Amino acid sequence: MAIIINDLKDNELDILREIGNIGAGNAVTALAKLLNKRIEMSVPRIKILDFKEIPEILGDPEMLVTGILLSMNGDLTGNILFILRLEAAHALVNILMSKQDTNDGIQFDEIEVSALKETGNILAGSYLSALSTMLNLNITPSTPELCVDMAGAILSVPAIAFGSWGESVLYIENKFTDGNQNIGGEFFLIPDVQSYETLLKALGVTS
Amino acid sequence: MENVIKVGMAELNVVSCPNALTTLGLGSCIGLCLYDSVAKIAGMIHIMLPYSTNGVGECNPAKYADTGIPLLINWMERKGAVKNRLTAKMAGGAQMFAFNSNNDIIQIGKKNIIATKEYLEKMNIRIVAEDTGGNCGRTIEFYSNDGSLLIKTIGQGTKTI
Repeated sequence: MAIIINDLKDNELDILREIGNIGAGNAVTALAKLLNKRIEMSVPRIKILDFKEIPEILGDPEMLVTGILLSMNGDLTGNILFILRLEAAHALVNILMSKQDTNDGIQFDEIEVSALKETGNILAGSYLSALSTMLNLNITPSTPELCVDMAGAILSVPAIAFGSWGESVLYIENKFTDGNQNIGGEFFLIPDVQSYETLLKALGVTS
Repeated sequence: MENVIKVGMAELNVVSCPNALTTLGLGSCIGLCLYDSVAKIAGMIHIMLPYSTNGVGECNPAKYADTGIPLLINWMERKGAVKNRLTAKMAGGAQMFAFNSNNDIIQIGKKNIIATKEYLEKMNIRIVAEDTGGNCGRTIEFYSNDGSLLIKTIGQGTKTI
């Protein structure tokens, strides 16, 4: 039986927050190494949201963003969504490819797209490997896919699956920045409803 | 001055002239708009999923095509619309990420389009215009004075259907 998100207790939410902390901590370290930059991460936030709030998580639902989405497979299932403002995505590509490109449009060329996807891959891979080790569960990420479009349209994708289970969605959110705000973004872990029980059990919390 | 009422994910609303309805950043969901051109009453629903029969637990009817569409018609009738005068315009049902997969959630846009059309046919409501599928997000505005539907996208500009 799936756990109802709204019935999760405070200590269970604390534990989910801790997962965000450990996973994203590892992911941010990987990003810092990749870019050879100092990256700061905020305290993770657990967001339990009504569907109508989803497109507005980051504010304006029409804001142009770059989304990199991966699904989690194995003992835990769900999605990982990595969001970068368009300017941040361009800045990241420039650092990775050691160039001074002034392109700020919605088009990325093939090499830029693979650089962004690979960044998503490295982040998700390190996030999940921290989780796998801590929980002693087998979790693997899918290959990443990229989409540049309105924030609302992108943020709603991982929420749809929850529609069959209830009226709300749980997003574990981590914000990160390089301090100069050039490479700021959000990292979301969105476990499927069916995975909460596995997750809490692996952490020794019985509901 | 007209008011533009926002319709969020899994919500619906109905307005009369001169007001308008809008949904921002529609992805694989469907923005279905019904219109009674005589009474000048406009309704919009933001459908997330095709059928309520696949769901468990509590249910917000506006979430699904099969439960949301009759509810929208009911709300419109209560405002003075007449069912056999209603026509439909729809937008959305995009596939935002290009996963090459049969995964239900990735294919959900397509399923939402099919379910919405099936249900409209069952209710004998004609679709007069649509902008569905593809892979881009849409913001839509639906006007009760003439039943026009404005569709804004990032890559493909703005159009009225």
